[in-house]
Amino acid sequence: MTDISHASDVLSAGADGLAEARAANARQIRNAKISAALRYIILFGVGLMMLYPLIWLVGASFKTNAEIFANPGFIPQEPTTEGYAKGWETSTPYTFGRFFLNSFLIILPKVIGTAISCTMVAYGFARFDFPLKKLLFGSVIAILLLPNVVTRIPQYLLFRDLGWLDSFLPLWVPSAFAGDAFFVFMLVQFLRAIPGDMEEAARVDGANSWQTLVFIVVPMLAPALISVCLFQFMWTMNDFLGPLIYISSVDKYPVSLALKLSIDTTEAFEWNRILAMSVLTITPALIVFFMAQKYFIEGISAGGVKG
Amino acid sequence: MTRKRALGLGYLSPYIIGLLVFTMIPFGASLYLSFTDYNLMSAPRWTGLENYIDLFTKDRTFRRSLTVTLIYVFTTVPLKLAFALFIAYILNYKLKFINFFRTAFYVPSILGGSIAIAVLWRYIFASEGLVNMMLTGLGFEAVNWFGDPQNALFTITLLRCWQFGSAMVIFLAALQSIDKSLYEAAEIDGASKAHCFIFITIPLITPVIFFNLIMQMVQAFQEFNGPYIITQGGPLKSTYLLPMYIYDEAFRRFDMGYASAIAWVLFVIIMVLTLAAFWSSKKWVYYAGDKRS
Repeated sequence: MTDISHASDVLSAGADGLAEARAANARQIRNAKISAALRYIILFGVGLMMLYPLIWLVGASFKTNAEIFANPGFIPQEPTTEGYAKGWETSTPYTFGRFFLNSFLIILPKVIGTAISCTMVAYGFARFDFPLKKLLFGSVIAILLLPNVVTRIPQYLLFRDLGWLDSFLPLWVPSAFAGDAFFVFMLVQFLRAIPGDMEEAARVDGANSWQTLVFIVVPMLAPALISVCLFQFMWTMNDFLGPLIYISSVDKYPVSLALKLSIDTTEAFEWNRILAMSVLTITPALIVFFMAQKYFIEGISAGGVKG
Repeated sequence: MTRKRALGLGYLSPYIIGLLVFTMIPFGASLYLSFTDYNLMSAPRWTGLENYIDLFTKDRTFRRSLTVTLIYVFTTVPLKLAFALFIAYILNYKLKFINFFRTAFYVPSILGGSIAIAVLWRYIFASEGLVNMMLTGLGFEAVNWFGDPQNALFTITLLRCWQFGSAMVIFLAALQSIDKSLYEAAEIDGASKAHCFIFITIPLITPVIFFNLIMQMVQAFQEFNGPYIITQGGPLKSTYLLPMYIYDEAFRRFDMGYASAIAWVLFVIIMVLTLAAFWSSKKWVYYAGDKRS
């Protein structure tokens, strides 16, 4: 008898335990659902905060000047392209087309110079042994961390003595000498992860190191090189301080300086012109980013990036 | 073998020339200039420590600028990193649309450095701008963002925090590489989510925290576009960060010697903090495979 009652105790305890476990399980599922919902709410909220200023910018560029500071929504009540038409003309003898052309004239040689010089240097670091290699690679890291602010003034004086002021040369040349240590570092990391078997085979077949670099290494490096070009494009497009110091005549202004100029010279109430030109200046960067975002995300994850 | 050695150095030659001409010589030259009086008209005149003595005893603008810069860096960097880690942590759960969110959060990083966004900031924080329209719409009082020295610097901090995307992507990559079985084991032992985060997640990602910290700090100390475009250093020099002061001294007043001295003070501050971070990292950064712990 006692045995039976004991057994039933055990059973009911077991049943209680089961019910409890079930309840706990249901609670867990409910909690998981709540926390998942919470996560989505946070992500959507933050996403909206991130993107709304940009969405508003695009909307506001089509608004009338009176509406910009009166309507927090992004849909213009009386859409107008006046901002674009007038903003494009600028208050200078040149249109914004000229400034875009200047920007690309700065960017293109700079990107090409960066890609070639950084590939060579990274190849040298990753595949050859030579004296002082450790020290030199250490200098890459040091430059990565060195604040530009400390070398800027003597660089300016150097370019002044060379007679390069008010030309694109001060913006092109340092990059052509692998001056952007970040890219060297990123390519070295990438190259070290690629085994040298293919290159060895090419060497056995009689290719010299230059041929090996061009025909074997560069194709394998392609994804990393695309990242390098994209980042350099983006940074140069956004660069303001460089042109501000070195470029003084308006006909050589890139878009970043032209935009600053239009703030300074446009009448205080012609806001939509400035917003319209702001939209245009970020458009190339946005297009490039959306076409190639995979390379951006991989690039930063691989090397870590400023920005 | 010697041929191969020469070859390696050959491939490095652009870098070595660039290192000498555009970095090392200018680096030394700026130290030299910081001990001179040089206004581009006549040759630099050696004045010894005069620039530095002036900076620290007479120059009230410098003191103001240095204080503001330190406040800016020590608010912006922790805020940005905490926010980036928080979002990366949420994104690390198996969620739908993760790629969409990652892209949305990364877009500001692509554009944030541009002048266009600094211009946009001027508009949305203007007294009747987007932010105040929304605040009053929600029943709050409008904030005087650019007129009040307390607030102006914060608009620049907000701009840089808005660009948390690249720090976030680095955090996310680190979080995704953590072995999930560690969390399962901890959960069986009864650890809560918060415990797991503090005792597993944080220690395992200390290397990227360290990396992000150094990079963001070096960058924040050099902030120029924000104050130059958004606030023009004002009001009452409350956003007059050191890089802007250096720019004004060097390229507006052409006082190259004095500007170099300010640049060197800024450089020494950055270097001391970077070295302090490296030195302390032995105590708090955990590298996998390291037997010390």
